[in-house]
Amino acid sequence: MAFISSGYNPDKPMEGRISDIGPRHYTDFLPPVIAKNYGKWAYHEILEPGVLMHKAESGDEVYTVRVGSTRLITVGLIQEICDIADKHCGGHVRWTTRNNIEFMVDSKAKVAPLKADLAARKFAGGSAKFPIGGTGASVPNIVHTQGWVHCHTPATDASGPVKVIMDELFHEFQTMELPAPLRLALACCLNMCGACHCSDLAVVGIHRKPPQIDHEVLENICEIPLAVSACPTAAIRPSKTEFEGKEKKTVAIKEDRCMFCGNCYTMCAALPLADSEGDGCAIMVGGKVSNRISNPKFSKVVVAYVPNEPPRWPTLVKTVRQIVDAYKKGANKYERLGDWAERIGWERFFDVTGLQFTKHLIDDFRDPAYYTWRQTTNFKW
Amino acid sequence: MAKHQTPMLDELTKGPWPSFVDDIKAEAARRAANKDGVEYQIPVDVCDDLLGILELAYKDKETHWKHGGIVGVFGYGGGVIGRYCDVPQQFPGVAHFHTVRLNQPGGKFYTTEYLRDIMKIWDMRGSGLTNMHGSTGDIVLLGTFTEQLEEIFYEMTHKLNTDLGGSGSNLRTPAECMGMSRCEYACYDTMALCYALTNEYQDELHRPAFPYKFKFKFDGCPNGCVAALARSDLSFVGTWKGAIKVDQKAVAAYVAGELKPNAGAHAGRDWGKFDIMKEVVNLCPTQCMSYDGKTLSINDKECYRCMHCINTMPVALKVGDEKGLCMLAGAKAPILDGAQMSSLLVPFLPVEEPFDEIKEVVENIWEWWMEEGKNRERLGETLKRLGFGKILEVTGITPDARHVQHPRENPYIFWSAEEVGGWDRDIKEYRKRHAR
Ligand code: HEM
Ligand code: HEM
Ligand code: SF4
Ligand code: SF4
Ligand code: SF4
Ligand code: SF4
Repeated sequence: MAFISSGYNPDKPMEGRISDIGPRHYTDFLPPVIAKNYGKWAYHEILEPGVLMHKAESGDEVYTVRVGSTRLITVGLIQEICDIADKHCGGHVRWTTRNNIEFMVDSKAKVAPLKADLAARKFAGGSAKFPIGGTGASVPNIVHTQGWVHCHTPATDASGPVKVIMDELFHEFQTMELPAPLRLALACCLNMCGACHCSDLAVVGIHRKPPQIDHEVLENICEIPLAVSACPTAAIRPSKTEFEGKEKKTVAIKEDRCMFCGNCYTMCAALPLADSEGDGCAIMVGGKVSNRISNPKFSKVVVAYVPNEPPRWPTLVKTVRQIVDAYKKGANKYERLGDWAERIGWERFFDVTGLQFTKHLIDDFRDPAYYTWRQTTNFKW
Repeated sequence: MAKHQTPMLDELTKGPWPSFVDDIKAEAARRAANKDGVEYQIPVDVCDDLLGILELAYKDKETHWKHGGIVGVFGYGGGVIGRYCDVPQQFPGVAHFHTVRLNQPGGKFYTTEYLRDIMKIWDMRGSGLTNMHGSTGDIVLLGTFTEQLEEIFYEMTHKLNTDLGGSGSNLRTPAECMGMSRCEYACYDTMALCYALTNEYQDELHRPAFPYKFKFKFDGCPNGCVAALARSDLSFVGTWKGAIKVDQKAVAAYVAGELKPNAGAHAGRDWGKFDIMKEVVNLCPTQCMSYDGKTLSINDKECYRCMHCINTMPVALKVGDEKGLCMLAGAKAPILDGAQMSSLLVPFLPVEEPFDEIKEVVENIWEWWMEEGKNRERLGETLKRLGFGKILEVTGITPDARHVQHPRENPYIFWSAEEVGGWDRDIKEYRKRHAR
């Protein structure tokens, strides 16, 4: 494994350095039919699940086949995607914000061979490489984060739970039978890199035990004032302790004040929270971002805790299925999950989903909590 | 024979959805076979070790990645996330596993030539693992060793004319919906604006000088496909003024069942015959539509542009001609003070190159936030702490009823001295009127 230089000279880092150039311009990459009709699209149709037709004012048409993909994806598989795009799409391909891949062709005749090619490709264990779907009133791909594959703060994995939930909802991905799109997100800790606070259904990794304090090293690796000020509930204060006969500066944690957000660990590596027994997932539902009909809204916690059960998280999957089925059955056409829950009332939501309401679902975090309690006699039995 | 036994992960090769485990296993095999004779610059078995460490995390139900680590490329404060594992003897291939964020091209369109070029560099200098894409929008190259970082940056900039994205307390890589490239709803050119602002603010993107991270996201219309309103400190959402354009013939075609409602999005289930009253007119949240059996009428002054009718009958209805965007400010995830969505700041701006009006708003906000924002305080939190009035003040935007859901419910108003003819008075004068 001989080191091969790119041309970079570590002794003169500024020599020939190129910086601040930003991304490549998108016009380098647009398929010709897209470039030609840019800004001049008339309408679109979903011809079948996963297949879109966009009609331009010029009369041109572009056909898109959308496929689900894992967000964690290898060089080998991306090369295969390039092979497909070279063969069918004139060397163009795009990704959606939800980790779907879109193959575009400029005539209807090219759709069937492209679809057949995509559908035939399987992984060794039999799973689809490029399942077609994710359009219209479906469950599109799950936006998610890193989990145990890369991050230091997760309370659950990301790729694994996403895989098992999408296995369960595969039919809903490949069809358009739901009342409206059902957008899922998964974030492996409360930082929510996956921005799941406005999803129809979101899974969020949570810790449930306060940080442990690594007194031995804390003063060496942490700025104590930063750790103290990181805590939103003021649970942390500076302190001293005796460790193996030596006095050490450290912190003390008022554990009953902790809401397990992990922010202290973000600031101080000597305060780990991860715990196989404490960690798991909360399930939140009813958020949306679109302005369609009703205003955007936040997701609400409807299951406070599901344990981590790798490799296939059966309780999590079963609970998600329960919610999806009740929504599918009860909601009106065009009605997003949150709008449905509000129409029938959240008390009814728990009836029809069979989820148990517990004390943990009553907000007690700061002022806004009050606005979530019920200041009326209008409720249903 | 696999380097590590992974019985738990192997369970994830089952089921219909693409298996990342099978993909990584295939990558491990591809690297081992090395058909193209690549001179791998990091351990060939990095993918095996990644599977190994992930299996261990599955067993322990705890991550095996250590806290951070400051690595990067010279002169940039972001773009690389340092990562080391806590079991390097067992899994030396992932002892270092740093991430490189590359700024994705607009709309995430690629030519295969460009993708293959990126992959070629990453194959040789990295793990062969990527995220397409990170949740902010970047191409995430997942896992390499420290010595490779400058080499990768050099190759990306010199050979591919491609820069890193943002991380840390700076402008994060902006991202947009595909907008005009293929969507008839786009009210402005999201890709052009995103590209222009990304390039204008390269310094802010690469050199952290902010209190905390700052995100731009661009949605071409109120449907919000990149979730700008939920995920960005400044959300640019397309909108229009004036009348929705109606093609009555096409409306009739929907009513007659010749066109599928919502472009066919509900075709998988029998919802019965399309009922324009039930599905459009009565669902209009502002109740500004009517249909007399022949003509669809919209009282456009009362429409708040939610997109429902247009989404439902895309052939018949088009967004109005006077197009532009709304700017909303302050979205963030729940850490620490609870989640926030962006709040409306600029109700309407036309979007015209060189986008000077937009840049002025952006720069006024930054100037103020860099002055007033506390360390690790998102814009939304600064707004909550200091009040929405402040951002109107620094941007010179006139307060308007559109800025609120409803007026305040308490009269605890912070009047200023100027508004009340000054605060300095003479108590003696007061006492002349009122005995003690
Ligand atoms: C029927 C009209 C619609 C069209 C033509 C349309 C078009 C698109 C397109 C082209 C994308 C991919 C954009 C990208 O990745 O940059 C997308 C994604 C998305 N759309 Fe829409 N959209 C429509 C309606 C909606 C509605 C009504 C909502 C919300 C209620 C919505 C929410 C989203 C979201 C969240 C995404 C994220 C990406 C994804 O799912 O792949 N869209 N849409
Ligand atoms: C205070 C809140 C947050 C903190 C402290 C935080 C921290 C982190 C950390 C430590 C990582 C590295 C994970 C790794 O090892 O790859 C990360 C990744 C990332 N974060 Fe965040 N994050 C926060 C919120 C967000 C939000 C709200 C978004 C997006 C809207 C976001 C987008 C990302 C992206 C795109 C990545 C790259 C990996 C991925 O796509 O999952 N972060 N974040
Ligand atoms: S959500 Fe939390 S654990 Fe997951 S990638 Fe983001 S910071 Fe890491
Ligand atoms: S986890 Fe959060 S609440 Fe608990 S001590 Fe740390 S910062 Fe405070
Ligand atoms: S946000 Fe609007 S303009 Fe942009 S892709 Fe979505 S529907 Fe189209
Ligand atoms: S856009 Fe929304 S508010 Fe406006 S007319 Fe259509 S349904 Fe009504």
